[in-house]
Amino acid sequence: MELNSKIPEGPIQEKWDRHRFEMKLVNPANKRKYTIIVIGTGLAGASAAASFAELGYNVKSFCFQDSPRRAHSIAAQGGINAAKNYQNDGDSIWRLFYDTVKGGDYRAREANVYRLAQISVNIIDQCVAQGVPFAREYGGVLSNRSFGGAQVSRTFYARGQTGQQLLLGCYSALSRQIEAGKVKMYPYTEMLDVVIVDGHAKGIVTRNLRTGKIESHAGDAVVLATGGYSNVFFLSTNAMGCNVTASWRAYKRGAGFANPCFTQIHPTCIPVSGDHQSKLTLMSESLRNDGRIWVPKKKGDTRAPTEIPEEERDYYLERRYPSFGNLVPRDVASRAAKERCDAGYGVGPGGLGVYLDFSDAIKRLGRQVIEDRYGNLFEMYERITGENPYETPMRIFPAPHYTMGGLWVDYNLMTTVPGLYAIGEANFSDHGANRLGASALMQGLADGYFVIPYTIGDYLAGVAPGSVDTSHSAFSDAEREVKQKIEKLLSINGKASIDSIHKQLGRLLWDKCGMSRNAEGLKEALSKIPEIRERFWREVSVPGSGEDLNQALEKAGRVADFLEFAEIMCHDALSREESCGAHFREEYQTEDGEALRNDNDYCYGAVWEFKGDNQQPVMHKEPFTFEYIPLKQRNYK
Amino acid sequence: MKLTLYIWRQKNSSTKGSFERFQMDDVSPDMSFLEMLDVLNEKLLVEGKEPVAFDHDCREGICGACSLVINGQAHGPMERTTACQLHMRKFNDGDTIYIEPWRAKAFPVVKDLIVDRSAFDRIIQAGGYISVPTGSAPEANNIPISKDDADLAMDAAACIGCGACVAACPNGSAMLFTAAKVSHLAILPQGAPERHRRVKAMIERMDSEGFGGCTNHGECQKACPKGISIKFISLMNREYIKANLASLARDKGEVTAQ
Repeated sequence: MELNSKIPEGPIQEKWDRHRFEMKLVNPANKRKYTIIVIGTGLAGASAAASFAELGYNVKSFCFQDSPRRAHSIAAQGGINAAKNYQNDGDSIWRLFYDTVKGGDYRAREANVYRLAQISVNIIDQCVAQGVPFAREYGGVLSNRSFGGAQVSRTFYARGQTGQQLLLGCYSALSRQIEAGKVKMYPYTEMLDVVIVDGHAKGIVTRNLRTGKIESHAGDAVVLATGGYSNVFFLSTNAMGCNVTASWRAYKRGAGFANPCFTQIHPTCIPVSGDHQSKLTLMSESLRNDGRIWVPKKKGDTRAPTEIPEEERDYYLERRYPSFGNLVPRDVASRAAKERCDAGYGVGPGGLGVYLDFSDAIKRLGRQVIEDRYGNLFEMYERITGENPYETPMRIFPAPHYTMGGLWVDYNLMTTVPGLYAIGEANFSDHGANRLGASALMQGLADGYFVIPYTIGDYLAGVAPGSVDTSHSAFSDAEREVKQKIEKLLSINGKASIDSIHKQLGRLLWDKCGMSRNAEGLKEALSKIPEIRERFWREVSVPGSGEDLNQALEKAGRVADFLEFAEIMCHDALSREESCGAHFREEYQTEDGEALRNDNDYCYGAVWEFKGDNQQPVMHKEPFTFEYIPLKQRNYK
Repeated sequence: MKLTLYIWRQKNSSTKGSFERFQMDDVSPDMSFLEMLDVLNEKLLVEGKEPVAFDHDCREGICGACSLVINGQAHGPMERTTACQLHMRKFNDGDTIYIEPWRAKAFPVVKDLIVDRSAFDRIIQAGGYISVPTGSAPEANNIPISKDDADLAMDAAACIGCGACVAACPNGSAMLFTAAKVSHLAILPQGAPERHRRVKAMIERMDSEGFGGCTNHGECQKACPKGISIKFISLMNREYIKANLASLARDKGEVTAQ
């Protein structure tokens, strides 16, 4: 596997401009001869599909939900970053670039991050023009708020529903192109394989989730915008349907998978309430702007939080990180919560929770201001827990939320398979080992609106349009494999539920490859995962047929892929003998328990190559060089 | 908690459905309504029986996938709450609960509790957008918008497209859904250039999809998990009248601007 990142020459400020000039263009009259396949209709997928169609390409767009508007980007609450510097508080493209590289703990590609910061300003313009109702000041200008990991206010937001409003913006642009006949939309259709012909991605195999029909679709390029894999942990803040299947099939067809162990555990989620729990609910990180995080100073203190006097509370983030306080980056905040709970100071059921307290903010600003800022989040918290956060502190605990790892892509967002692209959370490029709040929406839209519409042309200009159709044997071979796997799942006839096996995998990963890892635990996980996988293929119960709407079958297929994927996650975590960002190896920490990087030996992206089922994957390295931001220990004190 | 469930089972859109009775013996009040159904489905799976099919995804009340009529009410008894956010502590030990799909001509049943809501997508495709190709946007703060207007547009834009309004309406009308999108874009200056064309196209599409008309019952507003107000239906009606007056004037050769 050859890793050529294709970073353009020249000073970092000029790379993207220069590259846009140097890339080949497809003549407007020829664009209509090309078909691009886009999987996923979240921010990245929908914005890319709409933008391709506007340029004149034919687009086939796929999502597993019943409507493209339901993709999981819709659930993002807090906001989207952009270096507009509207607040006159010292922000700039350079500062956003710097914060993102530092926040990612120096494990991202500088040139990509700089481009992301540059493009961020165009995204806000585009979204406002589409009618995204961002929050505004009385004078009519856009409003901003601050977010974890930054000391400027650069986050744009639409109440606690920013992801929803941005996604509805993309969805409306996509809908316009569907009406115009430039996009053919395939809802409730799941991609189950990617088809490679002569080394180039030329199509996909899908299953219609309503009729069970297996179909082939040919195209001149394939774009995966299929999100992240947090659901490998079973419990995460992701929607129930989020899965690794598309990325995993691409990996098995030759696409390198980068940094799979970089998984973000979000600090502010509602704690688990029992075994029945199907998912975890995030409370926006923006709450940390006004909420103060604390635990009792006394171990096992069972008093109600409102009865614990001020001097008996440990505001541990403010204590450990006086300059950033409650606004430290997510990885730092999550680990600090785990540290307190492990030490016996946690609150709520099982001691797995810390308080997020708004009483000071309510005293300072009044209840009305807090209600304006977070009203919908407070309501949601009360609905789930039955407790009123205006009167008693929220209980929060970290939960898997986002995955920085993903398919390896070059500067053009192309994977190691020519013609196969990965955008948004599905790729690995911009967030390094830890993503900052309000940066996922920014990256998804940057990739979809402003990067891939240019870079895909450079590839397409070099291939003949429509050179392969679905009569090629590669399609029938892939279809046969997909059908065999479905038949195999339906013929197990075991007694174990799919969820019970998924939960077993999730608990193992949470314990051994979650917020902190060590070599011994990772080796144990690597020995247990194959056992769980074997149990799945021997004992799982998947009733019903393949020729019908069958939600158990859909779920079983996704869990089967998670059971394979989990291994490279652990291999990756085991091979990275350092701590960086969200990847915390207990063996590598500073004296006061902070992550200890090893830039001499591990300043690279680890890219895994598939070598066959039950074969050890091979790791390749993309070295990261930092020409503009000197490597140093992150310090939020 | 012990519960008796009557759940609508229907193989597909061309067969007749009926209620099936299930007894639940160990329901925790901390479960969400959908987690209660998960527990039932786990049991059915292990017994080798087909689980109950229902739509769901984010389970945070924002994706709009879940769509259950619970004891005759779309999304159940709790105001401004989707079925996925409804928790079992709202019910009592020994309760009997009837669970049905959305029922409307324009939303045919696909299987069990799942209906086909693609008509909503087609209403948006008819005009629920501002035609601004990627790259052609002006600088964001060049378009000042009063905070009141931005807030009002956001109130309308909060629609999650779940279809509870249609399910709750005795006429199976999609007026609240359509009005929410028309209003969101009509309130904002960016939406002005296409406002007449948009409202006419969307209403025409809505009618052709088989939704009923609005007779001011107000059930839609009550069922809406996002609390979207029927005042947006009045706004859409005004938009529609203005659009038609404008085309009449143009047909007569009068010179007018919007």
